[in-house]
Amino acid sequence: MILRYTFKERIVHWVAAFAYVYLLLTGLAFYTPKLYWLAVVLGGGTTSREWHPWAGLVFVAATVLMYVMWASDMRITEGDRAWGRAIGHYVRNEDKHLPPVGRYNAGQKYLFWLMFLGGVLLLISGVAMWFTSSIPWSLRWLRHWAVLVHVSAALATIGGFIIHVYMGTAVVRGGFTSIVRGEVSEEWARTHHPLWKR
Amino acid sequence: MAGNTLELKRISASAAPPPGIRDTPVLAKYIDTTTCIGCKACEVACQQWNDLPPETTVQIGTYQTMPDTTANFWNLIRFSEFEDAGGFHWFMRKDQCMHCGDPGCLKACPAPGAIVQYVNGIVDFQQDQCIGCGYCMAGCPFNIPKLSSKTKTVYKCTMCVDRVAVGLEPACIKACPTGCLQFGTKEQLLEVAAKRVDQLRESGFREAGVYDPPGVGGTSVVTVLAHADQPELYGLPSNPSIPLAVSFWKAPLKWLGNIAMIGGIVATAIHYLKYGAKHAHGKDS
Ligand code: HEM
Ligand code: SF4
Ligand code: SF4
Repeated sequence: MILRYTFKERIVHWVAAFAYVYLLLTGLAFYTPKLYWLAVVLGGGTTSREWHPWAGLVFVAATVLMYVMWASDMRITEGDRAWGRAIGHYVRNEDKHLPPVGRYNAGQKYLFWLMFLGGVLLLISGVAMWFTSSIPWSLRWLRHWAVLVHVSAALATIGGFIIHVYMGTAVVRGGFTSIVRGEVSEEWARTHHPLWKR
Repeated sequence: MAGNTLELKRISASAAPPPGIRDTPVLAKYIDTTTCIGCKACEVACQQWNDLPPETTVQIGTYQTMPDTTANFWNLIRFSEFEDAGGFHWFMRKDQCMHCGDPGCLKACPAPGAIVQYVNGIVDFQQDQCIGCGYCMAGCPFNIPKLSSKTKTVYKCTMCVDRVAVGLEPACIKACPTGCLQFGTKEQLLEVAAKRVDQLRESGFREAGVYDPPGVGGTSVVTVLAHADQPELYGLPSNPSIPLAVSFWKAPLKWLGNIAMIGGIVATAIHYLKYGAKHAHGKDS
Protein backbone atom coordinates (compact mmCIF):
# COMPACT_ATOMS: atom_id res chain seq x y z
CA MET A 1 0.00 0.00 0.00
CA ILE A 2 1.09 3.57 -0.66
CA LEU A 3 0.35 6.56 1.59
CA ARG A 4 -1.69 9.08 -0.38
CA TYR A 5 -3.00 11.36 2.39
CA THR A 6 -1.24 12.02 5.67
CA PHE A 7 -3.23 12.16 8.88
CA LYS A 8 -3.08 15.95 8.82
CA GLU A 9 -4.32 16.10 5.23
CA ARG A 10 -7.24 13.83 6.08
CA ILE A 11 -8.24 15.86 9.14
CA VAL A 12 -8.17 19.10 7.18
CA HIS A 13 -10.19 17.57 4.36
CA TRP A 14 -12.90 16.33 6.69
CA VAL A 15 -13.11 19.53 8.67
CA ALA A 16 -13.67 21.35 5.39
CA ALA A 17 -16.15 18.70 4.24
CA PHE A 18 -18.32 18.72 7.35
CA ALA A 19 -18.26 22.50 7.55
CA TYR A 20 -19.18 22.69 3.87
CA VAL A 21 -22.09 20.29 4.16
CA TYR A 22 -23.44 22.23 7.13
CA LEU A 23 -23.05 25.47 5.16
CA LEU A 24 -24.75 23.88 2.19
CA LEU A 25 -27.75 22.65 4.15
CA THR A 26 -28.30 25.83 6.17
CA GLY A 27 -27.55 28.01 3.14
CA LEU A 28 -30.07 26.17 1.00
CA ALA A 29 -32.64 26.63 3.76
CA PHE A 30 -32.33 30.41 3.38
CA TYR A 31 -32.04 30.15 -0.38
CA THR A 32 -35.45 28.69 -0.98
CA PRO A 33 -38.56 28.46 1.22
CA LYS A 34 -39.08 24.93 -0.11
CA LEU A 35 -35.97 23.84 1.79
CA TYR A 36 -36.52 25.96 4.91
CA TRP A 37 -37.31 22.71 6.74
CA LEU A 38 -33.57 21.98 6.63
CA ALA A 39 -33.03 24.90 9.00
CA VAL A 40 -35.83 23.62 11.21
CA VAL A 41 -34.25 20.15 11.38
CA LEU A 42 -30.84 21.69 12.13
CA GLY A 43 -32.07 23.48 15.23
CA GLY A 44 -34.31 26.24 13.88
CA GLY A 45 -33.91 29.27 11.66
CA THR A 46 -32.30 31.46 14.29
CA THR A 47 -29.74 28.79 15.21
CA SER A 48 -28.90 28.16 11.58
CA ARG A 49 -28.51 31.86 10.91
CA GLU A 50 -26.30 32.18 13.96
CA TRP A 51 -24.01 29.25 13.17
CA HIS A 52 -23.75 29.42 9.39
CA PRO A 53 -21.21 32.26 9.35
CA TRP A 54 -19.09 30.61 12.05
CA ALA A 55 -19.06 27.35 10.09
CA GLY A 56 -18.02 29.52 7.15
CA LEU A 57 -14.96 30.69 9.05
CA VAL A 58 -14.07 27.05 9.83
CA PHE A 59 -14.48 26.16 6.17
CA VAL A 60 -12.28 29.02 5.04
CA ALA A 61 -9.63 28.19 7.65
CA ALA A 62 -9.52 24.58 6.41
CA THR A 63 -9.38 25.82 2.81
CA VAL A 64 -6.40 28.01 3.63
CA LEU A 65 -4.62 25.01 5.19
CA MET A 66 -5.36 23.02 2.04
CA TYR A 67 -3.83 25.81 0.04
CA VAL A 68 -0.70 25.62 2.17
CA MET A 69 -0.55 21.83 1.83
CA TRP A 70 -1.55 21.38 -1.77
CA ALA A 71 -1.10 24.57 -3.79
CA SER A 72 2.20 23.35 -5.27
CA ASP A 73 0.59 20.05 -6.34
CA MET A 74 -2.30 21.97 -7.86
CA ARG A 75 -0.35 24.14 -10.29
CA ILE A 76 -1.87 23.87 -13.75
CA THR A 77 0.72 22.61 -16.27
CA GLU A 78 0.84 22.25 -20.04
CA GLY A 79 0.05 18.55 -19.53
CA ASP A 80 -3.09 19.49 -17.62
CA ARG A 81 -4.27 21.61 -20.51
CA ALA A 82 -3.80 18.66 -22.86
CA TRP A 83 -5.70 16.49 -20.39
CA GLY A 84 -8.45 19.10 -20.22
CA ARG A 85 -8.79 19.05 -24.01
CA ALA A 86 -9.13 15.27 -23.92
CA ILE A 87 -11.60 15.29 -21.00
CA GLY A 88 -14.24 13.57 -23.14
CA HIS A 89 -12.22 10.37 -22.86
CA TYR A 90 -12.16 10.71 -19.09
CA VAL A 91 -15.92 11.15 -18.99
CA ARG A 92 -16.39 8.05 -21.13
CA ASN A 93 -13.96 6.04 -18.99
CA GLU A 94 -11.49 5.70 -21.89
CA ASP A 95 -8.58 6.63 -19.66
CA LYS A 96 -5.96 4.96 -21.83
CA HIS A 97 -6.35 7.76 -24.39
CA LEU A 98 -5.47 10.41 -21.80
CA PRO A 99 -2.06 11.92 -21.11
CA PRO A 100 -0.71 10.33 -17.90
CA VAL A 101 -1.24 12.41 -14.76
CA GLY A 102 0.65 12.93 -11.52
CA ARG A 103 -0.77 13.30 -8.01
CA TYR A 104 -3.80 15.15 -9.34
CA ASN A 105 -5.47 15.26 -12.71
CA ALA A 106 -6.62 18.54 -14.23
CA GLY A 107 -10.19 17.98 -13.09
CA GLN A 108 -9.10 17.67 -9.48
CA LYS A 109 -6.92 20.73 -9.80
CA TYR A 110 -9.67 22.84 -11.28
CA LEU A 111 -11.99 21.68 -8.50
CA PHE A 112 -9.42 22.79 -5.93
CA TRP A 113 -9.15 26.24 -7.46
CA LEU A 114 -12.92 26.53 -7.81
CA MET A 115 -13.41 25.78 -4.11
CA PHE A 116 -10.55 28.06 -3.11
CA LEU A 117 -11.70 31.07 -5.14
CA GLY A 118 -15.32 30.31 -4.25
CA GLY A 119 -14.32 30.24 -0.59
CA VAL A 120 -12.66 33.65 -0.87
CA LEU A 121 -15.73 35.19 -2.55
CA LEU A 122 -18.06 33.51 -0.05
CA LEU A 123 -16.00 34.84 2.82
CA ILE A 124 -15.98 38.42 1.58
CA SER A 125 -19.67 38.49 0.67
CA GLY A 126 -20.62 36.41 3.72
CA VAL A 127 -18.96 38.82 6.12
CA ALA A 128 -20.85 41.69 4.48
CA MET A 129 -24.11 39.75 4.99
CA TRP A 130 -23.17 38.90 8.55
CA PHE A 131 -22.98 42.59 9.41
CA THR A 132 -25.55 44.06 7.03
CA SER A 133 -26.76 46.53 9.60
CA SER A 134 -23.24 47.95 9.95
CA ILE A 135 -23.04 48.78 6.25
CA PRO A 136 -23.98 52.45 6.00
CA TRP A 137 -26.95 53.35 3.84
CA SER A 138 -24.73 55.32 1.48
CA LEU A 139 -22.94 52.05 0.65
CA ARG A 140 -26.16 50.06 0.29
CA TRP A 141 -25.05 48.65 -3.05
CA LEU A 142 -22.74 46.49 -0.92
CA ARG A 143 -25.77 45.03 0.85
CA HIS A 144 -27.35 44.25 -2.52
CA TRP A 145 -24.27 42.82 -4.20
CA ALA A 146 -23.19 40.75 -1.23
CA VAL A 147 -26.19 38.43 -1.53
CA LEU A 148 -25.84 38.16 -5.28
CA VAL A 149 -22.14 37.29 -5.06
CA HIS A 150 -22.70 34.91 -2.16
CA VAL A 151 -25.43 32.95 -3.92
CA SER A 152 -23.56 32.84 -7.25
CA ALA A 153 -20.33 31.67 -5.61
CA ALA A 154 -22.24 29.12 -3.52
CA LEU A 155 -23.93 27.73 -6.65
CA ALA A 156 -20.57 27.46 -8.45
CA THR A 157 -19.04 25.53 -5.55
CA ILE A 158 -22.14 23.33 -5.29
CA GLY A 159 -21.62 22.30 -8.93
CA GLY A 160 -18.03 21.37 -8.13
CA PHE A 161 -19.12 19.65 -4.93
CA ILE A 162 -21.63 17.40 -6.70
CA ILE A 163 -19.02 16.27 -9.24
CA HIS A 164 -16.37 15.87 -6.53
CA VAL A 165 -18.50 13.65 -4.31
CA TYR A 166 -19.73 11.61 -7.26
CA MET A 167 -16.22 11.05 -8.66
CA GLY A 168 -14.70 10.36 -5.28
CA THR A 169 -17.22 7.81 -4.14
CA ALA A 170 -18.94 6.23 -7.16
CA VAL A 171 -16.57 6.52 -10.10
CA VAL A 172 -12.98 6.33 -8.88
CA ARG A 173 -13.28 3.37 -6.55
CA GLY A 174 -10.69 3.51 -3.82
CA GLY A 175 -10.65 7.30 -3.77
CA PHE A 176 -12.97 7.48 -0.79
CA THR A 177 -10.92 4.96 1.20
CA SER A 178 -7.80 6.96 0.44
CA ILE A 179 -9.16 10.14 2.06
CA VAL A 180 -10.48 8.14 5.05
CA ARG A 181 -7.65 5.69 5.75
CA GLY A 182 -4.95 7.48 3.78
CA GLU A 183 -3.71 4.54 1.71
CA VAL A 184 -4.11 3.32 -1.85
CA SER A 185 -2.94 0.16 -3.60
CA GLU A 186 -0.06 0.22 -6.06
CA GLU A 187 -2.43 -0.77 -8.85
CA TRP A 188 -4.66 2.16 -7.97
CA ALA A 189 -1.79 4.60 -8.09
CA ARG A 190 -0.47 3.19 -11.36
CA THR A 191 -3.93 3.30 -12.98
CA HIS A 192 -5.18 6.70 -11.88
CA HIS A 193 -2.00 8.67 -11.19
CA PRO A 194 0.83 6.98 -13.12
CA LEU A 195 3.31 9.86 -12.82
CA TRP A 196 2.83 10.24 -9.06
CA LYS A 197 5.43 8.44 -6.87
CA ARG A 198 7.35 7.05 -9.75
CA MET B 1 -63.06 47.23 7.60
CA ALA B 2 -60.31 47.56 10.13
CA GLY B 3 -61.41 44.45 11.98
CA ASN B 4 -60.33 42.39 9.03
CA THR B 5 -56.65 43.13 9.35
CA LEU B 6 -55.78 39.50 9.93
CA GLU B 7 -56.61 38.81 6.30
CA LEU B 8 -53.22 38.17 4.71
CA LYS B 9 -52.25 39.23 1.24
CA ARG B 10 -48.56 38.27 1.18
CA ILE B 11 -46.44 36.05 3.44
CA SER B 12 -42.64 36.02 3.26
CA ALA B 13 -40.92 32.83 2.07
CA SER B 14 -44.12 30.88 1.88
CA ALA B 15 -45.29 28.55 -0.85
CA ALA B 16 -48.83 28.38 0.55
CA PRO B 17 -51.29 30.90 -0.87
CA PRO B 18 -52.07 33.69 1.59
CA PRO B 19 -55.55 33.15 3.02
CA GLY B 20 -56.92 36.67 2.55
CA ILE B 21 -60.14 36.33 0.61
CA ARG B 22 -62.18 39.38 1.63
CA ASP B 23 -61.98 42.44 -0.51
CA THR B 24 -61.12 45.17 1.99
CA PRO B 25 -59.96 48.64 1.04
CA VAL B 26 -56.29 49.57 1.30
CA LEU B 27 -55.70 51.87 4.25
CA ALA B 28 -53.15 54.64 4.31
CA LYS B 29 -51.60 57.47 6.25
CA TYR B 30 -51.72 60.93 4.78
CA ILE B 31 -48.71 63.13 5.46
CA ASP B 32 -48.84 66.75 4.39
CA THR B 33 -45.26 68.01 4.67
CA THR B 34 -46.47 71.54 3.97
CA THR B 35 -48.54 71.85 7.14
CA CYS B 36 -46.26 69.87 9.45
CA ILE B 37 -44.86 72.17 12.14
CA GLY B 38 -42.20 69.77 13.36
CA CYS B 39 -43.64 69.46 16.85
CA LYS B 40 -42.76 65.75 17.09
CA ALA B 41 -45.99 64.81 18.87
CA CYS B 42 -46.14 61.82 16.53
CA GLU B 43 -42.68 60.68 17.65
CA VAL B 44 -43.77 60.73 21.27
CA ALA B 45 -47.11 59.05 20.56
CA CYS B 46 -45.33 56.26 18.67
CA GLN B 47 -42.89 55.66 21.52
CA GLN B 48 -45.69 55.70 24.05
CA TRP B 49 -48.25 53.52 22.31
CA ASN B 50 -45.67 50.92 21.31
CA ASP B 51 -44.03 50.95 24.76
CA LEU B 52 -40.64 51.47 23.15
CA PRO B 53 -37.69 52.02 25.45
CA PRO B 54 -36.33 55.57 25.45
CA GLU B 55 -33.70 56.15 22.81
CA THR B 56 -30.95 58.69 23.41
CA THR B 57 -31.26 61.73 21.19
CA VAL B 58 -28.33 62.60 18.95
CA GLN B 59 -27.63 66.20 18.04
CA ILE B 60 -26.86 66.46 14.32
CA GLY B 61 -27.07 70.24 14.03
CA THR B 62 -30.77 70.46 13.24
CA TYR B 63 -33.97 69.98 15.20
CA GLN B 64 -34.00 66.32 14.20
CA THR B 65 -34.15 63.93 17.16
CA MET B 66 -31.50 61.55 15.78
CA PRO B 67 -29.86 60.77 12.42
CA ASP B 68 -32.07 57.80 11.58
CA THR B 69 -34.92 55.64 12.79
CA THR B 70 -33.75 52.78 15.00
CA ALA B 71 -35.09 49.45 16.23
CA ASN B 72 -36.55 51.38 19.19
CA PHE B 73 -37.55 54.53 17.33
CA TRP B 74 -39.84 54.01 14.35
CA ASN B 75 -41.18 57.48 13.62
CA LEU B 76 -38.75 60.30 12.91
CA ILE B 77 -39.39 63.84 11.76
CA ARG B 78 -36.64 64.65 9.28
CA PHE B 79 -35.59 68.29 9.08
CA SER B 80 -33.82 69.55 5.98
CA GLU B 81 -32.83 72.95 4.66
CA PHE B 82 -32.51 74.10 1.11
CA GLU B 83 -31.97 77.40 -0.64
CA ASP B 84 -32.88 78.39 -4.18
CA ALA B 85 -33.81 81.51 -6.12
CA GLY B 86 -37.11 81.59 -4.24
CA GLY B 87 -35.30 81.89 -0.93
CA PHE B 88 -34.68 79.65 2.05
CA HIS B 89 -36.81 76.54 2.57
CA TRP B 90 -37.17 74.39 5.60
CA PHE B 91 -38.73 70.97 5.26
CA MET B 92 -40.10 68.60 7.83
CA ARG B 93 -41.13 65.14 6.83
CA LYS B 94 -42.42 62.33 8.99
CA ASP B 95 -40.28 59.32 8.13
CA GLN B 96 -41.37 55.76 8.86
CA CYS B 97 -42.13 52.55 6.99
CA MET B 98 -43.90 53.40 3.75
CA HIS B 99 -45.94 50.16 3.75
CA CYS B 100 -45.12 49.51 0.11
CA GLY B 101 -47.64 47.85 -2.18
CA ASP B 102 -44.83 45.56 -3.38
CA PRO B 103 -42.57 45.42 -0.32
CA GLY B 104 -38.90 44.73 -1.00
CA CYS B 105 -38.38 43.66 2.61
CA LEU B 106 -40.94 40.88 2.23
CA LYS B 107 -39.54 39.75 -1.09
CA ALA B 108 -36.04 39.39 0.37
CA CYS B 109 -37.03 37.67 3.61
CA PRO B 110 -36.10 33.94 3.81
CA ALA B 111 -38.11 33.10 6.95
CA PRO B 112 -41.67 31.92 6.37
CA GLY B 113 -44.13 34.34 7.91
CA ALA B 114 -41.55 36.74 9.35
CA ILE B 115 -42.99 39.52 7.20
CA VAL B 116 -46.63 39.67 6.22
CA GLN B 117 -48.73 42.11 4.26
CA TYR B 118 -52.36 42.33 5.27
CA VAL B 119 -55.07 42.82 2.68
CA ASN B 120 -55.50 46.34 4.07
CA GLY B 121 -51.96 47.15 2.92
CA ILE B 122 -50.14 47.14 6.27
CA VAL B 123 -46.73 45.48 6.12
CA ASP B 124 -45.88 43.93 9.47
CA PHE B 125 -42.86 42.08 10.88
CA GLN B 126 -43.47 39.04 13.09
CA GLN B 127 -40.45 39.01 15.34
CA ASP B 128 -41.14 35.50 16.62
CA GLN B 129 -40.52 34.14 13.10
CA CYS B 130 -37.64 36.49 12.26
CA ILE B 131 -34.17 34.89 12.20
CA GLY B 132 -32.31 38.20 12.12
CA CYS B 133 -30.55 37.61 8.80
CA GLY B 134 -30.93 41.22 7.70
CA TYR B 135 -32.03 40.43 4.13
CA CYS B 136 -34.95 42.86 4.56
CA MET B 137 -32.36 45.59 5.09
CA ALA B 138 -31.04 44.84 1.62
CA GLY B 139 -34.52 44.63 0.09
CA CYS B 140 -36.04 47.83 1.48
CA PRO B 141 -35.53 50.90 -0.73
CA PHE B 142 -36.24 53.27 2.20
CA ASN B 143 -33.73 52.12 4.86
CA ILE B 144 -36.49 51.24 7.30
CA PRO B 145 -35.99 47.80 8.93
CA LYS B 146 -33.55 48.01 11.86
CA LEU B 147 -31.92 45.13 13.71
CA SER B 148 -32.26 45.23 17.49
CA SER B 149 -28.99 44.35 19.18
CA LYS B 150 -31.02 43.15 22.14
CA THR B 151 -33.28 40.61 20.40
CA LYS B 152 -31.36 40.09 17.13
CA THR B 153 -34.62 40.58 15.26
CA VAL B 154 -35.86 43.43 13.12
CA TYR B 155 -38.35 46.17 13.97
CA LYS B 156 -40.14 48.99 12.22
CA CYS B 157 -43.43 50.92 12.17
CA THR B 158 -46.43 48.56 12.32
CA MET B 159 -48.90 51.29 11.34
CA CYS B 160 -50.26 50.47 14.79
CA VAL B 161 -51.82 47.31 13.42
CA ASP B 162 -53.05 46.51 16.93
CA ARG B 163 -55.01 49.78 17.02
CA VAL B 164 -56.17 49.59 13.43
CA ALA B 165 -57.45 46.04 14.00
CA VAL B 166 -59.91 47.35 16.56
CA GLY B 167 -60.99 50.35 14.55
CA LEU B 168 -58.64 53.00 15.94
CA GLU B 169 -56.32 55.25 13.97
CA PRO B 170 -52.53 54.90 14.41
CA ALA B 171 -51.13 56.70 17.47
CA CYS B 172 -49.12 59.22 15.43
CA ILE B 173 -52.26 60.35 13.59
CA LYS B 174 -54.18 60.66 16.83
CA ALA B 175 -51.49 62.93 18.29
CA CYS B 176 -51.02 65.30 15.36
CA PRO B 177 -52.24 68.79 16.34
CA THR B 178 -52.35 70.35 12.87
CA GLY B 179 -54.20 67.68 10.91
CA CYS B 180 -51.24 67.28 8.60
CA LEU B 181 -51.57 63.58 9.42
CA GLN B 182 -54.76 61.77 8.52
CA PHE B 183 -55.84 58.17 8.35
CA GLY B 184 -58.34 56.49 6.03
CA THR B 185 -58.63 54.48 2.87
CA LYS B 186 -55.94 55.19 0.36
CA GLU B 187 -58.57 56.16 -2.19
CA GLN B 188 -60.03 58.86 0.07
CA LEU B 189 -56.62 60.16 1.03
CA LEU B 190 -55.46 60.42 -2.57
CA GLU B 191 -58.47 62.72 -3.14
CA VAL B 192 -57.57 64.80 -0.10
CA ALA B 193 -53.99 64.97 -1.38
CA ALA B 194 -55.08 66.01 -4.87
CA LYS B 195 -57.10 68.90 -3.41
CA ARG B 196 -54.17 70.01 -1.30
CA VAL B 197 -51.85 69.87 -4.30
CA ASP B 198 -54.24 72.10 -6.25
CA GLN B 199 -54.23 74.62 -3.41
CA LEU B 200 -50.44 74.57 -3.27
CA ARG B 201 -50.13 75.09 -7.01
CA GLU B 202 -52.50 78.04 -6.81
CA SER B 203 -50.37 79.57 -4.09
CA GLY B 204 -47.29 79.36 -6.26
CA PHE B 205 -45.78 75.95 -5.61
CA ARG B 206 -45.93 74.88 -9.21
CA GLU B 207 -44.06 71.63 -8.58
CA ALA B 208 -46.32 70.49 -5.74
CA GLY B 209 -47.44 66.88 -5.97
CA VAL B 210 -48.15 63.57 -4.29
CA TYR B 211 -45.45 61.03 -3.51
CA ASP B 212 -46.85 57.56 -4.18
CA PRO B 213 -44.02 55.90 -6.12
CA PRO B 214 -45.19 53.28 -8.65
CA GLY B 215 -41.81 51.48 -8.57
CA VAL B 216 -42.74 49.86 -5.24
CA GLY B 217 -46.39 49.34 -6.15
CA GLY B 218 -47.41 52.61 -4.52
CA THR B 219 -47.20 53.14 -0.78
CA SER B 220 -49.76 53.18 2.00
CA VAL B 221 -48.27 56.49 2.99
CA VAL B 222 -49.62 59.31 0.85
CA THR B 223 -47.17 62.21 1.07
CA VAL B 224 -47.83 65.73 -0.17
CA LEU B 225 -44.66 67.57 -1.19
CA ALA B 226 -44.35 71.21 -2.21
CA HIS B 227 -41.43 70.25 -4.44
CA ALA B 228 -42.54 66.86 -5.70
CA ASP B 229 -40.09 67.15 -8.59
CA GLN B 230 -37.23 66.84 -6.07
CA PRO B 231 -38.24 64.31 -3.42
CA GLU B 232 -34.55 63.98 -2.47
CA LEU B 233 -34.86 67.33 -0.73
CA TYR B 234 -37.06 65.55 1.78
CA GLY B 235 -34.82 62.52 2.04
CA LEU B 236 -37.01 60.45 -0.28
CA PRO B 237 -35.62 58.51 -3.26
CA SER B 238 -37.01 59.94 -6.50
CA ASN B 239 -37.72 56.61 -8.17
CA PRO B 240 -37.60 53.86 -5.59
CA SER B 241 -37.87 50.24 -6.60
CA ILE B 242 -36.77 46.91 -5.21
CA PRO B 243 -32.98 46.82 -5.83
CA LEU B 244 -32.19 45.08 -9.11
CA ALA B 245 -29.69 42.73 -7.47
CA VAL B 246 -32.39 41.64 -5.01
CA SER B 247 -34.99 41.02 -7.73
CA PHE B 248 -32.43 39.09 -9.76
CA TRP B 249 -31.40 37.01 -6.74
CA LYS B 250 -34.96 36.13 -5.79
CA ALA B 251 -36.18 35.11 -9.23
CA PRO B 252 -33.93 34.31 -12.23
CA LEU B 253 -30.90 33.35 -10.15
CA LYS B 254 -32.96 31.10 -7.94
CA TRP B 255 -34.49 29.28 -10.90
CA LEU B 256 -31.16 28.97 -12.68
CA GLY B 257 -29.62 27.61 -9.50
CA ASN B 258 -32.40 25.11 -8.92
CA ILE B 259 -32.17 23.84 -12.48
CA ALA B 260 -28.37 23.61 -12.27
CA MET B 261 -28.41 21.73 -8.95
CA ILE B 262 -31.11 19.26 -9.96
CA GLY B 263 -29.52 18.96 -13.41
CA GLY B 264 -26.14 18.19 -11.84
CA ILE B 265 -27.53 15.39 -9.71
CA VAL B 266 -29.51 13.91 -12.61
CA ALA B 267 -26.43 14.14 -14.87
CA THR B 268 -24.27 12.19 -12.43
CA ALA B 269 -26.94 9.51 -12.13
CA ILE B 270 -27.18 9.19 -15.92
CA HIS B 271 -23.40 9.14 -16.20
CA TYR B 272 -23.17 6.30 -13.72
CA LEU B 273 -25.83 4.27 -15.50
CA LYS B 274 -24.08 4.77 -18.82
CA TYR B 275 -20.37 4.54 -17.92
CA GLY B 276 -20.14 3.24 -14.36
CA ALA B 277 -16.98 3.15 -12.27
CA LYS B 278 -13.31 3.37 -13.18
CA HIS B 279 -11.47 0.32 -11.90
CA ALA B 280 -7.82 0.00 -11.15
CA HIS B 281 -5.98 -2.43 -13.42
CA GLY B 282 -5.07 -5.64 -11.72
CA LYS B 283 -7.18 -5.71 -8.64
CA ASP B 284 -9.86 -3.44 -7.24
CA SER B 285 -8.65 -1.48 -4.31
C1 HEM C 1 -16.96 31.58 3.94
C2 HEM C 1 -17.61 32.01 4.94
C3 HEM C 1 -19.10 32.21 4.91
C4 HEM C 1 -19.75 33.20 5.58
C5 HEM C 1 -19.11 34.24 6.51
C6 HEM C 1 -21.14 33.08 5.25
C7 HEM C 1 -22.14 33.92 5.72
C8 HEM C 1 -23.45 33.88 5.32
C9 HEM C 1 -24.48 34.71 5.88
C10 HEM C 1 -24.26 35.76 6.97
C11 HEM C 1 -25.65 34.37 5.27
C12 HEM C 1 -27.01 34.97 5.55
C13 HEM C 1 -27.78 33.98 6.39
C14 HEM C 1 -27.15 33.81 7.73
O1 HEM C 1 -26.90 34.82 8.37
O2 HEM C 1 -26.86 32.67 8.12
C15 HEM C 1 -25.36 33.34 4.29
C16 HEM C 1 -26.28 32.76 3.45
C17 HEM C 1 -25.99 31.72 2.56
N1 HEM C 1 -24.80 31.04 2.47
FE1 HEM C 1 -23.08 31.54 3.43
N2 HEM C 1 -21.33 32.02 4.40
C18 HEM C 1 -20.10 31.45 4.17
C19 HEM C 1 -19.85 30.32 3.39
C20 HEM C 1 -20.78 29.65 2.62
C21 HEM C 1 -20.51 28.46 1.83
C22 HEM C 1 -19.16 27.73 1.72
C23 HEM C 1 -21.65 28.13 1.20
C24 HEM C 1 -21.76 26.96 0.25
C25 HEM C 1 -22.75 26.18 0.17
C26 HEM C 1 -22.67 29.10 1.59
C27 HEM C 1 -23.98 29.13 1.14
C28 HEM C 1 -24.92 30.05 1.49
C29 HEM C 1 -26.24 30.12 0.91
C30 HEM C 1 -26.80 29.24 -0.21
C31 HEM C 1 -26.90 31.17 1.59
C32 HEM C 1 -28.34 31.62 1.36
C33 HEM C 1 -28.43 32.63 0.28
C34 HEM C 1 -29.87 32.97 0.03
O3 HEM C 1 -30.56 33.29 1.00
O4 HEM C 1 -30.31 32.91 -1.13
N3 HEM C 1 -22.11 30.02 2.47
N4 HEM C 1 -24.01 33.06 4.35
S1 SF4 D 1 -34.11 39.86 9.44
FE1 SF4 D 1 -36.06 38.84 9.95
S2 SF4 D 1 -37.64 40.00 8.86
FE2 SF4 D 1 -35.64 40.61 7.99
S3 SF4 D 1 -35.40 39.27 6.20
FE3 SF4 D 1 -34.38 38.23 7.91
S4 SF4 D 1 -35.96 36.89 8.81
FE4 SF4 D 1 -37.02 38.35 7.47
S1 SF4 E 1 -40.67 50.87 3.41
FE1 SF4 E 1 -39.21 49.17 3.55
S2 SF4 E 1 -39.84 48.10 5.40
FE2 SF4 E 1 -41.59 49.39 4.82
S3 SF4 E 1 -42.86 48.04 3.50
FE3 SF4 E 1 -41.49 49.19 2.12
S4 SF4 E 1 -39.77 47.77 1.84
FE4 SF4 E 1 -40.84 47.06 3.68
